[in-house]
Amino acid sequence: MSGTQTTYNDKVVRQFAVMTVIWGIVGMLVGVIIAAQLVWPELNIGPWLHFGRLRPLHTNAVIFAFGGCALFATSYWVVQRTSHVRLWGGPLIPFTFWGWQLIIVLAAITLPLGITSGKEYAELEWPIDILITLVWVSYAVVFFGTVAVRKVAHIYVANWFFGAFIIAVALLHLGNSMAMPVSLTKSYSVYAGVQDAMIQWWYGHNAVGFFLTAGFLGMMYYFVPKQAGRPVYSYRLSVVHFWALIFTYMWAGPHHLHYTALPDWTQSVGMIFSLILLAPSWGGMINGIMTLSGAWHKLRDDPVLKFLITSLSFYGMSTFEGPMMSIKTVNALSHYTDWTVGHVHSGALGWVAMVSIGSIYYLLPRLFGKTEMYSTKLVTTHFWIATIGTVLYIASMWIAGVMQGLMWRAINPDGTLAYSFVESVKGSYPFWAIRWLGGVLFLGGMLIMAYNMFKTMAGGKTEDVPVLAPAGHHA
Amino acid sequence: MDINDFRSILTVAGLLCFLGIVGWAYGRRSQKGFEEAANLPFAEHDESAKPDATHSR
Repeated sequence: MSGTQTTYNDKVVRQFAVMTVIWGIVGMLVGVIIAAQLVWPELNIGPWLHFGRLRPLHTNAVIFAFGGCALFATSYWVVQRTSHVRLWGGPLIPFTFWGWQLIIVLAAITLPLGITSGKEYAELEWPIDILITLVWVSYAVVFFGTVAVRKVAHIYVANWFFGAFIIAVALLHLGNSMAMPVSLTKSYSVYAGVQDAMIQWWYGHNAVGFFLTAGFLGMMYYFVPKQAGRPVYSYRLSVVHFWALIFTYMWAGPHHLHYTALPDWTQSVGMIFSLILLAPSWGGMINGIMTLSGAWHKLRDDPVLKFLITSLSFYGMSTFEGPMMSIKTVNALSHYTDWTVGHVHSGALGWVAMVSIGSIYYLLPRLFGKTEMYSTKLVTTHFWIATIGTVLYIASMWIAGVMQGLMWRAINPDGTLAYSFVESVKGSYPFWAIRWLGGVLFLGGMLIMAYNMFKTMAGGKTEDVPVLAPAGHHA
Repeated sequence: MDINDFRSILTVAGLLCFLGIVGWAYGRRSQKGFEEAANLPFAEHDESAKPDATHSR
């Protein structure tokens, strides 16, 4: 069934896939360092390697470097394979790769130097913001250009999710990063006061909703069916899943600002939309997991499938936890505690990282002309280490968070606070140590992955494979 | 009509639009197209790695 001589552009997929693993190790290493700094404060060395400087480096590196590269790699692979065309866009394609790497390097330099706009997950200063915009617009042109020249009638659902992720992130980035520069390295947001806070968390929550959810759901809708060897459980449900997320996610941001200067009704709207979000989230999770229905035995000896299905379990867990935490009375206990940190990592390690790792394990042998990874056993080892690390991380943060919340609100009969803040810090130490251990395990898994990756790459072919003529009707 | 009426109308229109999408997605007419689309990842045989996609019709 081979078609013409045109080939898929797998070079850019290869580049992004390898950098996913590299940046994953860097970002998670910084995470382990800052976790250690909380347990052993002596590790806060000098201004450049202080917790306050390294923490945004950690979040930027894992979200935008690790997660971003995984999204570029998988979206470029999926859009070509399901559209039956070579990636469209010529020189814009390598520009997205090299531009994105340059942004990451600039972040790694400026953040430790203290050059920051101080907006969470959007700390990078305005010249880097402009570069992000250029790369992102190029990404959109390449992605939608490829969709436009597709050789099949349908746009596969994974591409809808990738497309929504690209459009929404462009909107969020432009909206939130509006600033007045005063020098090359300093700018001030055009928003002020509570508007600034609301714009920031409109951005922040939708970075979760579209960068860390929609894009990775795109991965799920391609790699879970491929690895399971059967089409998605319900395509109709996937359509409803997509539109339900699109209609509701944008309104959930105010739950980050409960009991603040934000108007009360806005907080309630945010809470209600967060609760509604449970439905599409679980619809999507069930759709992914039920794809395995009738083929559960495959889970037993396929570690890639283990990664993918476990990621969906964590997705289900954290999208249940999230709406619960958005309820104002629950939030009164959980906000500003380590419970939030645990919730974020249940999504970040359990869902985002695991679905990415599974997808990259799927891609690597195919990108380097092999039939499987150098060692399937090591993939299994990676899976178990990552799972144990994630569970240790989440459980310790739950305990620490609930304890902190209860201590902060405890009062004596005369109305004075029962505990000073530092007592809650002291009580948190053992759990911070367990969290650090969980992070070390997760990082260890990534190092195993890197070893396995380089062994798989060694002696591999990197010839691009020909684009196949659409064969949708012969199957 | 002040801006809040417009906001209410937009919210209701958004809900109706979503319900319309649900109706369309579960309507009988969409079924064939969806089945084709669902099989798009399997439209080509996998070059490497064990292919057992053939039975996923």
